[in-house]
Amino acid sequence: MSGFLDDFLVRATLAGIGVALAAAPLGCFIVWRRMAYFGDATAHAAILGVALALAFNLSITLGTLVMALVMALTVSALSGRGRSMDTMLGVLSHSALAAGLVAVSLLQGVRLDLSAYLFGDILAVGRMDLAVIWGGALLVMGLIWARWSALLTATLSSDLATAAGIDPRREQLILTLALAVTVAVAIKVVGVLLIAALLIIPAAAARSFARTPEAMALIAAGIGGASALIGMAVAWQFDTPAGPSIVCVAAAIFAASALIDLARRAA
Amino acid sequence: MSLIDLHNIAVRFGGHTVLHDVDFGIDRGEIVTIVGPNGSGKSTLLRVVIGAQKPASGSVTRSRGLRIGYVPQQLHIDPTLPLTVRRFLDLPARIPDAKAAEALEQAGAGALGQRQMADLSGGQFQRVLLARAILSDPDLLILDEPTQGLDQPGSAAFYRRIARLRADLNCAVLMVSHELHVVMAASDRVICLNGHVCCAGAPEHVASAPEYRALFGTGTQGALALYRHDHAHSHDHPHSHGPEAAE
Repeated sequence: MSGFLDDFLVRATLAGIGVALAAAPLGCFIVWRRMAYFGDATAHAAILGVALALAFNLSITLGTLVMALVMALTVSALSGRGRSMDTMLGVLSHSALAAGLVAVSLLQGVRLDLSAYLFGDILAVGRMDLAVIWGGALLVMGLIWARWSALLTATLSSDLATAAGIDPRREQLILTLALAVTVAVAIKVVGVLLIAALLIIPAAAARSFARTPEAMALIAAGIGGASALIGMAVAWQFDTPAGPSIVCVAAAIFAASALIDLARRAA
Repeated sequence: MSLIDLHNIAVRFGGHTVLHDVDFGIDRGEIVTIVGPNGSGKSTLLRVVIGAQKPASGSVTRSRGLRIGYVPQQLHIDPTLPLTVRRFLDLPARIPDAKAAEALEQAGAGALGQRQMADLSGGQFQRVLLARAILSDPDLLILDEPTQGLDQPGSAAFYRRIARLRADLNCAVLMVSHELHVVMAASDRVICLNGHVCCAGAPEHVASAPEYRALFGTGTQGALALYRHDHAHSHDHPHSHGPEAAE
């Protein structure tokens, strides 16, 4: 096993699969609840977390986790107040990204490759990174597995959930936490700009093949995992950046699923 | 002892008072209907009863272990969420197939189990929501405008079904409705709401109460008056605002 993990390509592929498996079921909830922009805002805040981590000499994962959590909680709190969420999220999402980029550039004496955080640096995943990524991925999958029915009921209707003894705010908080953890572990793999893609695209591609929510989550996980695997192969073959390659494969699968769906409707 | 008792309830949104001085209780086996114009706080009152809306003041007392079956006014299911009727009944807790089939049968949705929720008509959707609400063997069945979007025969059949369910399940029924004439015939007690309880009691009492007529007019034309009357009404006579007003 240890010889197996010595290969950086193996580590990279395993990291990609881990993130994709966690992101896909979570992504289903993001899609069902129409929270796509919410995912974007949380991911963009992570770049501020990178600046924070570098300034205070913390681990990047911890810094991004904290900032992603702060952003996710802020958005979550605002969404209960009936403001125009679309505009609000647009403002927060891009402000966080811009502020993060400025903060990183202001740090004295830090020479770093920003693109590693914007687009990921999957080939540099070490053993420790791999452990963190899989730890986070398992945590997210476990949370969603454990709360599945309650999350689904709260997604349908918060009043229906309340009448059944489920606190919809708690379920929202669980999703928020899962999202922050996913962002923190995915930054190394696909970078802040493409994390939302791993959440949304496999879930969207899985929709036309599923008749139940469970099936959709499993198919999405399969599509996410396959995208990571094929994307890495493509990146190796054609010397393209790994994170964007993974997202391109997922997008191609989505396009294929949309065509199949179209053909089925026409038939 | 009542299944649920509301005492002196007030609800405010921002600075705006939606409900004030609301008192009522409901007993097992009763069918109670809340009528009132748009914006009179009917849905808000139901949300207080199920616990989704905290009152600004007053108290809600539920009997121990009270089971509530709730049929919401509308349920928007995002088209990206694939969901069969059978799977929907399994939320939040899985139930045996036999029980699901029985509930669907009782609610008049027997053949719908394998259909997608998104493909149901308005009437079918309502019956599926009803089936889910009775699954938990509720003490109190709550329905928010259950016949919205149904035609006259459809809603009459729906109320007959509710009366049958009340007998089968030995539960209380609390609902909100706009269809005055049907409701009057199908309820044991009517609460006429307009921010406060204008009048309450047996349907024939309420129908002849001056407070009710001030809101809805007289006779069957009342159904039209419902949408036209002045919300900021004032009764031109003194009366006490409480459930005892018409008793």
